[in-house]
Amino acid sequence: MQSNREKYIRNFCIVAHIDHGKSTLADRLLEKTGTLTKREMEEQVLDNMDLERERGITIKSQAARLVYKGKDGHEYIFNLIDTPGHVDFNYEVSRSLTACEGAILIVDATQGIQAQTLANCYLALDHGLEVLPVINKIDLPSARPEEIKKQIEDVIGIEAGEAPLISAKTGLNIEDVLEAVIEKIPAPTGDEEAPLKALIFDSYYDGYKGVISYIRVMDGVVRAGTKIKLMATKKEFLVIEVGIFSPAYLPVKELRAGDVGYITASMRDVRDAHVGDTITEVSRPTSEALEGYRPAIPMVFCGIYPIDGAKYGELKDALEKLQVNDAALSFEPETSLALGFGFRCGFLGLLHMEIIQERVEREFNLDIITTAPSVIYKITKTDGTLLEITNPTNLPDFSEIDFMEEPVVKSSIITPSEYVGTIMELCQNRRGTFIDMQYIETTRVVLNYKIPLNEIIYDFFDVLKSKSRGYASFDYELDGYAIAKLVKLDILLNGDVVDALSMIVPEESAYHKGRAIAEKLKGIIPRQMFEVPIQAAVGAKVIARETVKALRKDVLAKCYGGDISRKKKLLSKQKEGKKRMRQVGNVEIPQEAFMSILKVD
Amino acid sequence: MKEIALYIHIPFCKQKCLYCDFPSFCNLEPLMDDYIEALGNELRTFKDKNIIKTIFIGGGTPTYLNLKSLIALKKIISELRIDKDAEFTIEGNPGTFTEEKLKVLKSMGVNRLSIGLQAVQDTLLKKLGRIHSYEDFTKSYNLARNLGFDNINIDLMFGLPGQTMEMWCETLETVIRLSPEHLSCYSLILEEGTAFYKLYSEEDLPSEDNVLKMYADTKKLLKENSYYQYEISNFSKMGFQCKHNLVYWDLNSYIGVGSSAHSYYKGVRYRNEANVKKYIENIKNNESVIVEKYNNTIEDDMEEFMFLGLRKIQGISLEEFKKRFKKDIYDVYGDVINKYKKDKLIIENLGRMRLSGRGIEISNYILSDFIIKS
Repeated sequence: MQSNREKYIRNFCIVAHIDHGKSTLADRLLEKTGTLTKREMEEQVLDNMDLERERGITIKSQAARLVYKGKDGHEYIFNLIDTPGHVDFNYEVSRSLTACEGAILIVDATQGIQAQTLANCYLALDHGLEVLPVINKIDLPSARPEEIKKQIEDVIGIEAGEAPLISAKTGLNIEDVLEAVIEKIPAPTGDEEAPLKALIFDSYYDGYKGVISYIRVMDGVVRAGTKIKLMATKKEFLVIEVGIFSPAYLPVKELRAGDVGYITASMRDVRDAHVGDTITEVSRPTSEALEGYRPAIPMVFCGIYPIDGAKYGELKDALEKLQVNDAALSFEPETSLALGFGFRCGFLGLLHMEIIQERVEREFNLDIITTAPSVIYKITKTDGTLLEITNPTNLPDFSEIDFMEEPVVKSSIITPSEYVGTIMELCQNRRGTFIDMQYIETTRVVLNYKIPLNEIIYDFFDVLKSKSRGYASFDYELDGYAIAKLVKLDILLNGDVVDALSMIVPEESAYHKGRAIAEKLKGIIPRQMFEVPIQAAVGAKVIARETVKALRKDVLAKCYGGDISRKKKLLSKQKEGKKRMRQVGNVEIPQEAFMSILKVD
Repeated sequence: MKEIALYIHIPFCKQKCLYCDFPSFCNLEPLMDDYIEALGNELRTFKDKNIIKTIFIGGGTPTYLNLKSLIALKKIISELRIDKDAEFTIEGNPGTFTEEKLKVLKSMGVNRLSIGLQAVQDTLLKKLGRIHSYEDFTKSYNLARNLGFDNINIDLMFGLPGQTMEMWCETLETVIRLSPEHLSCYSLILEEGTAFYKLYSEEDLPSEDNVLKMYADTKKLLKENSYYQYEISNFSKMGFQCKHNLVYWDLNSYIGVGSSAHSYYKGVRYRNEANVKKYIENIKNNESVIVEKYNNTIEDDMEEFMFLGLRKIQGISLEEFKKRFKKDIYDVYGDVINKYKKDKLIIENLGRMRLSGRGIEISNYILSDFIIKS
């Protein structure tokens, strides 16, 4: 039974395509409702990681409680949950959506519907949320709001006639959004009297407060002193503090049905606050848990190794610490003959991988080597056993393989029609199969292609952007596995296979890739005291060969006068260059070599 | 009584050679007088009590100074405390020698000439942008000998664009016949900022193997003619090593005066203002001309001791390393030394450590490992 109180609560998030104004709108909402004074506002407050700010993206979900006095005179509590906007982080988006009843869908009035507009919208609809379209950037001269409204109705199939027309940048019509939220987004309908039932939609480890669980209370009430039980893990804890996001943590007396907030309890391990789990009360437990989540499935893998072998422990520590607040990151120990001891890490996507790499280097001050990203391959052996491998070196001998399968994604690309040709060519070059094509407007097209995941995990997005002069947008989702003719491409230096350079490639491009990689390495591997033969091989067959000549001459003939510092600078630079090398057998290889093998096309 | 080495820089040149990246300038002739005056003033600020054991006037083209300036320079030199057996070198260009100038130099106390010849083929000299012909050189050389200069060095270059093995041999043989006391043989380096850098790339120069062969021929030919190699690029008759340059390679103290000059004094490295006009002005205003000052740490000294010392054919003394740095060289550089000893690039023998012949060919590669800091 919905309480009177719940009538005045609205729980919603904002979804949009990148740069359509999600975070700016969130800022304006915070400002307009007086949640933060102008002075307290730091540009895009809710993005609180340096990396997020630098790249202009949201990585972690954040929440804020706003109080708004509506035109009807009532005071409303808005719980706004800011969600990540990048395709890699759909998983994060999903979790936040479950805590909401509605989603504001922002569409850029000049750009219209983009790939992630669609993707995020469908995600919200799939979660049973009410989607409220809002058209942003109407202050720009090229804005065409009426067209966009029609686009939304035609392409997505939701009502857009009364969509607020706003400019988040200038603050125009923000109030319309707030009113629309009251009107269009349903209030929560939980029962305060019923046993406590709350969903953990995120958790965070804070140095001072310990484990903080972000919760949405569906039914019941929770306060400090409540003895709670987590229904999946069956563990019990004592609640120490409950609070709301103002957006900073603000303790309150209690959280009731319909509320979004946080609790801290006697939890020491963040894994105790299992996202997706249901919290209930020990003394009066609820009978049914809420539908939980599947754990995030990593899609992209790479090897991470410390340049200095002695720092293995520090690297392990760093990954563990990062995993605390990033459940989607997975890792397990791995060894390479070439690189020593390291980890095979799993990520949601390429961006996720880059961010983790950067954080390891920056926040933990570690120099690392990363190997080329790879995906999970399914191998059916001739004896019937099924293997899943992520590391090319674990590929069994060719004679033992019956067939191989690789992950495939369904990708949708939205592009202006003039680039359709070159984009179709790009997809075809990446072994894509055409699914279909639709016109969104007369000048824009949605292209749907099935493409092997390993063809897009490295630079597909960048190439797509450059071939469409930045106008194309791209989204993908895993679409099962497909049989593929793949081979392992090995690189040998000085006659020895360097396991960390091995790649799994489609058979049809093995020759081309092998030759290109050998050539690339020849340019990267510095001359050593002896000649270094580079070979690319598939099985026992050598398909390409290059040689790095031995170092013959490296001497400074003149050393005039007293200008010692100049000579020293030269030698220091050489020394620096050597430090970035990794000794593999007898050969010194710079760390760039491992990633460089990908940049061949 | 401690000794000190003195370097004096003369930045003036008639023309800029196309390969040159030294701090030298043409068209600054009007500044010559003021420059010498400033030099004198700078020298007077040094309260150093040590006696000068070597003097080296380098450039640019010191012999390009006009007579008046040379005489002024002579006066300045006369104020210095110079050891009676001091080695006193001046660099010169064959296109600028005159009998008068040489006489002034002799009276100044100059007892060693370093003449830049580079090549004996006029075609090559033109290509280098030199202001003289081979004949000019012969004339200057004979003049010097006739005036009693009995310690002469000739600078030569190999690995030049368009230079064949035969041309280099011809240069060597021609010069050997003149019997100078000292020869410096440098392989060309394309330095950024020079005309050569813009004009040529590695493909235009003799191949790496040919340059190495030229170097090998040099060592062989000079050895056969009683020139002993004592440093990567320097050869001399017995007893005629350049004492001044050895100061650098032994990591001993020296004072440098003039624009762009460097000093290494009491463990501190200094560098002077490179702009000639500014140098003169600062001295006039009693302002410092030092633009860079750096206190060498013990690591800096160890590094320099090694990468300078190993340029000498005889290398460095382990005993001396220990005496200077109070550490065993193996405690500091054990790994590096053993690695290169194994590959026969470093040879240790009778308390000394040096680079082998092959080691010298790739000396940069080896010496960079002696840099401690990052």
